[in-house]
Amino acid sequence: MRAYLSDRMGAALLMAPLLLFLVLAYAWPFLGVVKWSFTLPTPGLGQYDALLTDDLVQSVFIRTLRIAAVVTVVSVAAAYAITVVWVRGTPAQRLIAEFCILVPFWISVLTRAFGWVALLSNRGLINTWLQAIGFISEPLALVRNEFGVIVGMTHFLIPFAVFPLASAMRSLDDRVLLAARGLGSSRIRTFWTVFVPMTRSGIIGAAMIVFVFSLGFFVTPAILGGGRSVMIAELIYLRIFQSPDWGLGAAISVVLVLFVGALMALLFRYVRPKQLI
Amino acid sequence: MPTYRPGPVSLIIAAFVALFLLMPLLAVIPVSLTPSRMLAMPSGELSLRHYRALIEDPRWLQSILLSVRIGIVSSAFSTVLALCFSLGVWMFQPRFTAALVGFVLLPMVVPPVVSAITLYFLLTSISGFSSFFGYDTWLGVAMAHSVMTVPFATVLMLVSLSQLDRRIDLAARGLGATVWERATRIIMPNIKFGIVTAALLSFVLSWEEIGVTLFITSVNAITLPRLMWMGLRDNIDPAIAALSVILIIITVLVLAVRSFVVRMRGAQ
Repeated sequence: MRAYLSDRMGAALLMAPLLLFLVLAYAWPFLGVVKWSFTLPTPGLGQYDALLTDDLVQSVFIRTLRIAAVVTVVSVAAAYAITVVWVRGTPAQRLIAEFCILVPFWISVLTRAFGWVALLSNRGLINTWLQAIGFISEPLALVRNEFGVIVGMTHFLIPFAVFPLASAMRSLDDRVLLAARGLGSSRIRTFWTVFVPMTRSGIIGAAMIVFVFSLGFFVTPAILGGGRSVMIAELIYLRIFQSPDWGLGAAISVVLVLFVGALMALLFRYVRPKQLI
Repeated sequence: MPTYRPGPVSLIIAAFVALFLLMPLLAVIPVSLTPSRMLAMPSGELSLRHYRALIEDPRWLQSILLSVRIGIVSSAFSTVLALCFSLGVWMFQPRFTAALVGFVLLPMVVPPVVSAITLYFLLTSISGFSSFFGYDTWLGVAMAHSVMTVPFATVLMLVSLSQLDRRIDLAARGLGATVWERATRIIMPNIKFGIVTAALLSFVLSWEEIGVTLFITSVNAITLPRLMWMGLRDNIDPAIAALSVILIIITVLVLAVRSFVVRMRGAQ
């Protein structure tokens, strides 16, 4: 009995500091933000009403969903291609693929967004070269629009899509593939009818992670969108700091959390958390 | 060892993806060498003026020192908290473990912008009665960074604890070791690689944190990413390209050393 009590005491003492810290520094202030959404500028549901009627807010929500959907499809497809090589290539191919995945992964989001500005802007690498070879006379508008945002976000999110895909591909039994080949299936048919369906949990996990990340993305759209294709996160920032409308910013945040929470709940009905690492 | 290798079509597509991933990192190199004061490709001559600007302009050095200080404090804080919490979970396996771990991981899964507005609320509330700890102070930023990095540190600790053999702890316990002795002399030496990794990851995440930092700083606590952000938003400053090149080289070197160390450990 004494040992049991001291066990419980020990666990409580060890776990309490972090739990207390997060309750005070995260859970409590989040409730404060929820309170803002109901009380600023006037108490009531006015801000949520505005969410449903305000044309600007509506168009930003729709744009965010559209960009997130495109980015999800493109990043998961691209990640799939490079993950196949990372997991199943020759040792040299695997090393190169790993380098190409991990180096961007560890480089800060600002540096990566800046790299795209250097490539895509009017006086950037691509426009300078295309003009030098006489292919175009006026620079192409590659940045400060939705295209730039999609390119930058896809670049940021590919490594995040790689990890669940790699985990699914590693757990796949080679003998199944050999059996399909032995039974006369072509390489391409084996890939589409055996390999891809057997990595389905990785594809779902990767798509969910990318989609959820895209919804709350701030830095890349703010830099590559140049204030023209504003997404939800930037709208929250603008509402807090430029047109002080804290209530609306808070209300959008609450809706975003609920939406992401619902998506996560959906995800965990289909995929176990362990399959995502 | 997989016997089913990717074919030529897979390799070609993967090569395009690899090129796409590396392209923006390579593009900053020529930009950093431009003699122009604005963002442009160098035409003809190269110049190191933007690298010199990094050294000569005191703002860059100040923000680097501030980021290092914030990174060390927040990493130490979140590593200690995550270590204690994970030890508690592993040694005692209390009820509701899943719910408690889920709660700790929240800042990792909640959209960063929501965490940012939450921490903005927290720090502006604190600012009401403390001038050196709150909105736009380095201690406030360090605390906010700890909130954001502690889930990652916890995940790493729990993963390295899950690979530890429970029987060594049971043996120590059977021989009469106290909780403190089990934690410090049996468990921690066995997960020291995980502890160091957690501290390093926390530092790196704090060092490059921008989403939350933007919301909680204005003029005093200008971290390096915050300074880069200001240079990127207004008139694009090629000094950022020079800085990016340096950061990319450091990243590549650290990754190379790390993969070498992992290989050596694997070979042992």
